[in-house]
Amino acid sequence: MSVETLKEEELQLDLTTQKPSEVSKRAVALAAHGTPYLWLMGGMLGIAVVMIVGLLMLVAVMGSLTFWPVKIVQYEAVDGKRYLGEVTRIETYRPSKEQVAQLPEEHREKAQQFLEDREGLSERYLVRTGNYELTNTHFHWVSDFQIQTTTYPEWAFIWERLSWGRFYGILKGFQVDGKTVTEDTLETYRLFQNYFPEVQKKRKLIYHQEKEVLGSLNYKLEQARLNVRDKELKLRKATEKNRSALEQSLKKAQANYTELKERIEAEYGKVRSQIEALKGDTQRYTLLVEISDGSIATLPLATVVRGYPANRMGWFERLSVYIDRWKEFLSEEPREANSEGGVFPAIFGTVVMTLLMSLVVSPLGVIAALYLREYARAGYLVSAVRIALNNLAGVPSIVFGVFGVGFFCYFLGTSIDQLFFEARLPNPTYGTGGILWSALTLALLTLPVVIVASEEALSAVPNSMREGSYACGASKWQTIQRIVIPRALPGILTGMILAMARGAGEVAPLMLVGAVKLAPELPVDGNFPFIHLERSFMHLGFHIYDVGFQSQNSEAAKPMVFTTTLLLILIIVILNLVAIHLRNRLYKKFISREV
Amino acid sequence: MVPNVESLDRKNDTKDAKLQEAVNAIVRVSHGMEVEAAIHPALSNLVDNDVVLRIQDFSLWYGKAQALFHIGMDIPKGKVTALIGPSGCGKSTLLRSVNRLNDLIDGVRISGDMLLNGDSIYAPDVDVIELRKRMGMVSQKPNPFPMSIYENVVFPLRIDGIRDRKILDEVCERSLRGAALWDEVKDRLQESALALSGGQQQRLCIARAIAADPEVLLMDEPASSLDPIATAKVEELIHQLRGEYTILIVTHNMQQAARVSDFTAFMYMGRLIEYAPTGVIFVKPQLKETEDYILGRFG
Repeated sequence: MSVETLKEEELQLDLTTQKPSEVSKRAVALAAHGTPYLWLMGGMLGIAVVMIVGLLMLVAVMGSLTFWPVKIVQYEAVDGKRYLGEVTRIETYRPSKEQVAQLPEEHREKAQQFLEDREGLSERYLVRTGNYELTNTHFHWVSDFQIQTTTYPEWAFIWERLSWGRFYGILKGFQVDGKTVTEDTLETYRLFQNYFPEVQKKRKLIYHQEKEVLGSLNYKLEQARLNVRDKELKLRKATEKNRSALEQSLKKAQANYTELKERIEAEYGKVRSQIEALKGDTQRYTLLVEISDGSIATLPLATVVRGYPANRMGWFERLSVYIDRWKEFLSEEPREANSEGGVFPAIFGTVVMTLLMSLVVSPLGVIAALYLREYARAGYLVSAVRIALNNLAGVPSIVFGVFGVGFFCYFLGTSIDQLFFEARLPNPTYGTGGILWSALTLALLTLPVVIVASEEALSAVPNSMREGSYACGASKWQTIQRIVIPRALPGILTGMILAMARGAGEVAPLMLVGAVKLAPELPVDGNFPFIHLERSFMHLGFHIYDVGFQSQNSEAAKPMVFTTTLLLILIIVILNLVAIHLRNRLYKKFISREV
Repeated sequence: MVPNVESLDRKNDTKDAKLQEAVNAIVRVSHGMEVEAAIHPALSNLVDNDVVLRIQDFSLWYGKAQALFHIGMDIPKGKVTALIGPSGCGKSTLLRSVNRLNDLIDGVRISGDMLLNGDSIYAPDVDVIELRKRMGMVSQKPNPFPMSIYENVVFPLRIDGIRDRKILDEVCERSLRGAALWDEVKDRLQESALALSGGQQQRLCIARAIAADPEVLLMDEPASSLDPIATAKVEELIHQLRGEYTILIVTHNMQQAARVSDFTAFMYMGRLIEYAPTGVIFVKPQLKETEDYILGRFG
């Protein structure tokens, strides 16, 4: 045996005798590999994903179901009452003894038995029965031990109306000019389908005339009146020198006003009579409807926005109602204290305000970051500024709202009013909440985000690039302008995306500086100067709060909360996607191919 | 602390005595015992007309640390001059001092001066931006700007406010041809320069550096981040540019210095050790230190 083989054997022997126990070895290996921590981290990520996806799914499902037309059910209770409407919610609960005791004697035992079979539990249905002007309520609870029969009447109709909420009933007859034309259901339905589009068209025309035509006439007249007032105010402050010239111009303005007033009044009368004629036309038709207590009610066609026989409709017809409702939601103004109709002004306000905010915050933030990163020398002042910025990012948003009211509305706005809009006082123009002040307040709120992101982007520009530019004889500003900023642009855009996402979702400060419940006048319209930044506006975030918690008919508004939330999320996603797309294009252009 | 020469001795007891002598010479420099720069007679008495850049007793400090010690040398016109030496010997610092890029670093202090065609570089009233326009620079890593190939090349003209399309087109083509890149990119001048390969990017940077007709072209290890084929192309380009441009090139590749340069300066620890025609320095250097470095005995 050679020396080497002997040594090897010894070595093997050594290994077997000193082998550590299996278990402890494995435990050590486990800790060394960090497997438990890996599981912990994975688990945390999983929880986060589930929470996010769950939230989004809830909003998406609830939001998209709101407009789906469901069947109209008719419950006949044991006490003879009938409930016709849509089931909006189902709950399981434990009915009290009194509830059973209130039932008619002959049914009490049966109900008792029914409840005992189910261990005292019962289901109850929240039925949207509508017909508010007749019943003083929009909803009824119906428990299943009360129900005698459940039917789905073929000709049960649902009408969405301009006011008083929905109307449920069974189609019975049709009246023209107060005379009953038919009492045959099928014929009535035919007439309804025949006349309804015409009535709707006319109603839209009336709306257009009232809002656009009369609105613009009013606006013109108001402008002329303000002009006169302006001249009066100027004359009051006149010096000897220009008094006569001012008197002249005042006279001219007054003459202009009187002339315009006459002309507009004439036109006004004309439009009014047109509207009256149209209104008369639409009011000719009335539906006869059998409501749940068996009586016949009249339903003027002019008040109906949409009507359909839910139980007769196939899948395809339901889909068309669904799409039609979405269309209305996206493109129309709200009705009935925001609980019905559309949210177009809110969409418009949100988008315009967010874009305006980005327009203000991005140059401000980028310029500040440029100075901080490229020019400022490190020192106490720069450190103080940085600390201040970081603190600014942590300030609760409502504080910004308070600041916005105090500084923008009351201080800046009032000053502007006194300087430029004296004629309108005491009515404030800029001296109150408005879309401009909201955008500025949110710009202030998101400024730290933009500055921090921009600074990071600027510091990520390789020094070799700057040196290359200097070596070509470029000045500092030329280097920044031509090399540094383009190279940092994708990073700067990332900051803007973050700022936009934050700004679009912010509500609290807006409640103080300009977002309102209802503002049918958009900040952009056809009246000169077309963009009215002093106007208050509607905002989707505020709309959600308003519909969800400030609505009289909260049960009916609840689905709208989800739908509006879905819409707000979608809008923010779309705004972000556009910005991300832009950033990726810039990234490809300026960075990705770098060696 | 002076390294124990004896211990070195024992380790390399098989090596010849010549190395022993060399190590001693390096140790001498390392400890501040000034060695007079050995400047070849062909370079010591040049007339103004033949010199583009005169470096006169130039020293430089980063804060308190001195990086360059009394450098004095003349860079002849139309020739390629290579700066060689081990890492940290100050050759890049010297190169960056020529176009005053070191000004961008806080706490840099200098003494002495340089003359570019007779004009002082470090006089207090010098407009640094105008000065830099008279030189071109190619850095170690290709640094194309985030814009099109065309805009990259004409960048020096753009910052001068030249907008005439004809001039720009002409300069662009001339420079790209000069940098031997024209044929490869002439069909995609408007594409991003960042899409080019590393070697192409470096030649683009050379094209940019020669676009404004510089009086001297500074190259800081222009091939160190390139693969052998791209390196060969860049070297060939330097060959082509010789005569037309004065080139000052930093390299720590001896073969490269031998291949591309007319003159070579050897630097060590912030000092100019030897400056001579490349043929002389690589065949028969005057100083031991130079020979040892060239032969790869230290560095």
